[in-house]
Amino acid sequence: MGQTTGKGYDYRFSPSIHRPLLNQTVSQNNLSLEATGLECIRDDRTLFSDLEFTLNPGEALILEGRNGSGKTSLLRILCGIRLPDAGSVRWCGTDITRLGPDYHEHTAYVGHRDGIKLDLTPLENLAVARALGTPGETSPTAALEQVELYGYEDVLTRNLSAGQQRRLALARLLVTDSLLWILDEPFTSLDRRGIALVESLLEQHTGKGGLLAVTSHHAINLDNPPVQTINLSA
Amino acid sequence: MTSDSLTRAFALLLKRDLLLAMRHRAEMINPLLFFVLVTSLFPLGIGAYPELLRAVGPGVIWVAALLAALLSLDGIFRSDFEDGTLEQLLLSSHPVSVLVLAKVLAHWLVTGLPLLLVAPLLGILLDLPVDAIRILMLTLLLGTPVLSLLGAVGVALTVGLRKGGKILSLLVLPLYVPLLIFAANAVDTAAAGLPVSAHLLFISALLVLALSLSPLATAAALRISLS
Amino acid sequence: MFNNFFHKLASPKYFYHIAGRLLPWLAAGCAVLMLAGLYYGLIVAPPDYQQGDSYRIMFVHVPAAWMSLFIYVVMAGAGAIGLVWRIKLAEVIAISSATVGASFTFLALVTGSIWGKPMWGTWWVWDARLTSELVLLFLYLGIIALYSAIDDKRTAARATAILAIVGVVNIPIIHFSVEWWNTLHQGPTVAKFGAPSIDISMLIPLLLMAVAFKLYYVLVVLMRARCEVLDRERHTGWVKQLAEPQ
Repeated sequence: MGQTTGKGYDYRFSPSIHRPLLNQTVSQNNLSLEATGLECIRDDRTLFSDLEFTLNPGEALILEGRNGSGKTSLLRILCGIRLPDAGSVRWCGTDITRLGPDYHEHTAYVGHRDGIKLDLTPLENLAVARALGTPGETSPTAALEQVELYGYEDVLTRNLSAGQQRRLALARLLVTDSLLWILDEPFTSLDRRGIALVESLLEQHTGKGGLLAVTSHHAINLDNPPVQTINLSA
Repeated sequence: MTSDSLTRAFALLLKRDLLLAMRHRAEMINPLLFFVLVTSLFPLGIGAYPELLRAVGPGVIWVAALLAALLSLDGIFRSDFEDGTLEQLLLSSHPVSVLVLAKVLAHWLVTGLPLLLVAPLLGILLDLPVDAIRILMLTLLLGTPVLSLLGAVGVALTVGLRKGGKILSLLVLPLYVPLLIFAANAVDTAAAGLPVSAHLLFISALLVLALSLSPLATAAALRISLS
Repeated sequence: MFNNFFHKLASPKYFYHIAGRLLPWLAAGCAVLMLAGLYYGLIVAPPDYQQGDSYRIMFVHVPAAWMSLFIYVVMAGAGAIGLVWRIKLAEVIAISSATVGASFTFLALVTGSIWGKPMWGTWWVWDARLTSELVLLFLYLGIIALYSAIDDKRTAARATAILAIVGVVNIPIIHFSVEWWNTLHQGPTVAKFGAPSIDISMLIPLLLMAVAFKLYYVLVVLMRARCEVLDRERHTGWVKQLAEPQ
């Protein structure tokens, strides 16, 4: 049949879904993530308002700020999980609330929680992650090698250390073909070697033209990509 | 996304949930035991007169099935919520309602279908005639998926709450009333030797309605709970 | 454009003031109609040849039952509008209606029970309408419980909107099932809470009470909605101005 499914029938209830986007090819020309006038209110406190930025291919956005300043909320707004209290996020010119799964095709998110099942093996976890997203060229086994989990393919994830589980979570990014990586504190539980490993993965991703939005308490050393920094405590 | 990759995602998600259930095999028996236990309490509570048991049997078994389903419902999304995999479902490139359907199917296979296997035993305990037992199993076959589908909406609404399980019964039980009425009555009518095709058709209609609408409501509720 | 008109109408501040001006008129209208309805129902209408004077509770019971259903539909509709177009006022109206609706349902149950006592000697009878009302009460309570369980008001409003929509789809099914169930388990006495042949002298007070109840609902919903609006908008300038002493 080859008919594209998932267009316009179950995401955000919005009258604008009556004309869903059809097969919009993402050309390198209009590829960008734009945020305009974003506002986030939590527990009656305005965390941030009128936040704007534009992220182009090959660029990285680093969010800084104290705990509770809204970094995670902003990342979740960028993912599309959380609705902003004002403003909009656009992917290639179109509001992400209208795109639905079309936007999620191009994004991968690793949040505070790892997003992996402890009672599955790393291989099983990556196979599921691959099927749920846009499958990439890297196979689960190759991805495990890249994050230095070679040899642990069939060990129950429950029996891995916290740092190993975190690396497995990040391996999800490798098995899917996502242009935009949204990462919340990716370096949690990682030792120095793990941090260097992840930094090299981030460099590789932006080097290939990918986009990156990341928060971290540690200073992130990215040499190549142009970096925008937004400080939410300001 | 092509329908091919959607089918694969559905199949893999189903397989994942079944695998997870198998790795905690011991837990699968809890709803079953509850089902048998609750049904067995009734003769103890109201007396074991055969005519009485035959009169209340179908209703008792179906109420026990409802409660057993309710007990197991929380497990559909709870562990996924806690380890972050539920968010990943919402961020998938596939429609959430289809993925939800895969999860509900897995849940039904693990918690609903086993009730069917135990039903004949309960029928014997409450002295139901063979025809009635057959219809009992048929109503359970058609009705337990409805319990899982409607229950999933309730769980999706409460999964983000700290004590979500407490109000789950209040949200879900009123929705179960039509199914209970028709299913219990079907078994009663079959015990009297009368035809029950009307009842079965109605229950099938409920199933079709639940299959088509509840995944959409569940997906919407999940988005709200995780925002 | 059409959207702009909606958004102006839905502005909380605009709503607060307009609703405030409507309140006295609604209260007056409601009082007049209720007095008229009660007068016609309790004094002018003749006693029923079967039930004597005890049928008169129908003038409260039937409109209350109608309102309980009407309000649920309004609540689901407002919830749906709030969900689709994200209009705050729709969310406010939806949740303000929930408690009123639950109260009308409770009233219908209590008056139904009171009606049943002189007729069948029991305080409760599993009549089709009473059973349906009971399930409806649980649906209302579920909505109220869910709303109070969620901390963030906007998320709570969206979640209860979904629940209300699911409920509204189920209500006809539940109603039909309970009616059917009731015909099977008919006792020797038939519970006939609706007078089979309703005379014009009884119809007029019934309709008067129905309209009076509707006005009462609008009155109470506007009052509650105004409070809810103040609560939600307490950080905005216009609310702070209202709170300042003159």
